[in-house]
Amino acid sequence: MITISNVNKIYDNKFQALKEVNFEIQKGEIFALLGPNGAGKTTLIKLICGLTNATSGAVTVDGLDIVKNFRQTRKLIGLVPQELTTSPFETVWNTVSFSRGLFGKAPNPGYIEKILKQLSLWDKKDNKLMTLSGGMKRRVMIAKALSHEPRVLFLDEPTAGVDVELRKDMWQQVRELKETGVTIILTTHYIEEAEEMADRVGVISSGKIILIEEKNKLMKKMSKKEIKLVLGKPLSAIPSSLSNYDLKLTDNSLIYSYGDANNTHGVSDFFEQLKKENIEYTDIKTHESSLEEIFVELVNK
Amino acid sequence: MNFRGIQAIFKFEMARMWRTLGQSIASPVLSTSLYFIVFGSAIGSRMKEVDGIEYGSFIVPGLIMLSVLTQSLSNAAFGIYFPKFSGTIYEVLSAPLSYIEVVIGYVGAAATKAMILGTLIFITAHFFVDVEVQHPFWMIAFLALTSITFSLFGFLIGIWANSFEQLQLVPLLIVTPLTFLGGSFYSISMLPPLWQKISMLNPVVYLISGFRWSFYGKSDVSLGVSLLIIGIILVVSMAAVHWVFKTGYKIKS
Ligand SMILES: Nc1ncnc2c1ncn2[C@@H]1O[C@H](COP(=O)(O)OP(=O)(O)OP(=O)(O)O)[C@@H](O)[C@H]1O
Ligand SMILES: [Mg+2]
Repeated sequence: MITISNVNKIYDNKFQALKEVNFEIQKGEIFALLGPNGAGKTTLIKLICGLTNATSGAVTVDGLDIVKNFRQTRKLIGLVPQELTTSPFETVWNTVSFSRGLFGKAPNPGYIEKILKQLSLWDKKDNKLMTLSGGMKRRVMIAKALSHEPRVLFLDEPTAGVDVELRKDMWQQVRELKETGVTIILTTHYIEEAEEMADRVGVISSGKIILIEEKNKLMKKMSKKEIKLVLGKPLSAIPSSLSNYDLKLTDNSLIYSYGDANNTHGVSDFFEQLKKENIEYTDIKTHESSLEEIFVELVNK
Repeated sequence: MNFRGIQAIFKFEMARMWRTLGQSIASPVLSTSLYFIVFGSAIGSRMKEVDGIEYGSFIVPGLIMLSVLTQSLSNAAFGIYFPKFSGTIYEVLSAPLSYIEVVIGYVGAAATKAMILGTLIFITAHFFVDVEVQHPFWMIAFLALTSITFSLFGFLIGIWANSFEQLQLVPLLIVTPLTFLGGSFYSISMLPPLWQKISMLNPVVYLISGFRWSFYGKSDVSLGVSLLIIGIILVVSMAAVHWVFKTGYKIKS
């Protein structure tokens, strides 16, 4: 759906925010773009949406160049920017209708009613934007982005400042949008959000894409599983019969790390071996790394 | 062309006028009425005719121009400055609109407002003095050209300005003096020769002169020269707007 080829972005102050970015976003997927503050996520989104120009490289949306065919490509795209920017004196209804008009669509009050209801904004439709709370404004911006029925939706930290319950609602809505075939690109600092929603994950750091991977594969590939045994009696050293296992010995516990899921066989062998060695343990804890840990590890590399 | 997009911007900007009716309509109409009372009736009754025209009537075209000019400028400047300042411009930039369409929306609305205002002042003038229009076509043409040209100019100021002060700076420091010295209240021929020459460097003189000609058939400079000057300002403003959007100056980082 979106192809990004050799994109570089150097701002006027000579700061290079994007470095040779190359990747594709597939039709109908939810793509999560992760990265620390200042990594270039917003810059990349702005560039695709036409808010800033690439210094070099090209982007196509649905096979069309975003500069040459901006009319077609922009019609396909809806954007919820990171910052809350609203015209304070406008009403919710007017501002959403305005957005639809800007994108060249004929008025469709029924459709706008539907999205306002979905976003729990219907009872606020005649309120001026300055009278809304931050989370409501965020939802108004989502309504604006959806007003022209886009095929691709960019959500730049859509759930920042939205309470937990509404966040869950929003995730649900995003999934429903995906059901209707909309391609969704989101950035977030809540890793659980990416874990929950994304089909694929991209990690960007200092303007470079350092990884693009299907979320499930990534979790499998990168995740570490550990079994921590709290020992009944302290061990002075790891017995030589256990030297094949990845073990760490601390004061009162033994930690066994085993990488991927295929290795389940090793787990039962390991416990047999323990029995043979007469190692007693009083408790077992298991730990599996989350996307967050994977992410931190990647970025710190 | 994305007509619906242009219409959306236009409507949004016009709605701003209704919201700020006092500021955008009532206050200029009131202040011009004061001019008529002070200059037209109080002082005007003791003044000789200018170019064979009653003084009160003589100042009507100049006063209309004064308001139309300042309102086009400040309205267009504010219209684009505010979204730039608040960040809401992101939406216009991400919409399938060419820059020409964006300009038509914003500048068109500011020019329309200025023309509505000019018409209101024209009507108001009738309550105070006798007004005659010899060349209605040219009157409307001048009004429209001036509104469009100065709305474009104001649009540029709005893009250039980084603060509310800067937004006021050009209208206050340059345009208002030029307008007052542009022959709204007097005929250039009443000045000493040196000042007559200096006045000829003031573009506003040509606007007011041409506009006054459309009313009373009398002018300081010929119609052709007036049209030429206004045309030049228009073309320069258009070129500047083109450059701004081509380079993304102050709107696309
Ligand atoms: N207009 C600009 N001019 C100069 N530098 C900029 C500009 N906008 C952003 N930058 C710089 O580009 C880098 C990337 O910024 P960007 O906003 O894309 O980060 P981000 O990944 O979205 O971060 P965050 O998670 O904080 O939103 C930052 O170092 C930022 O300072
Ligand atoms: Mg960002």
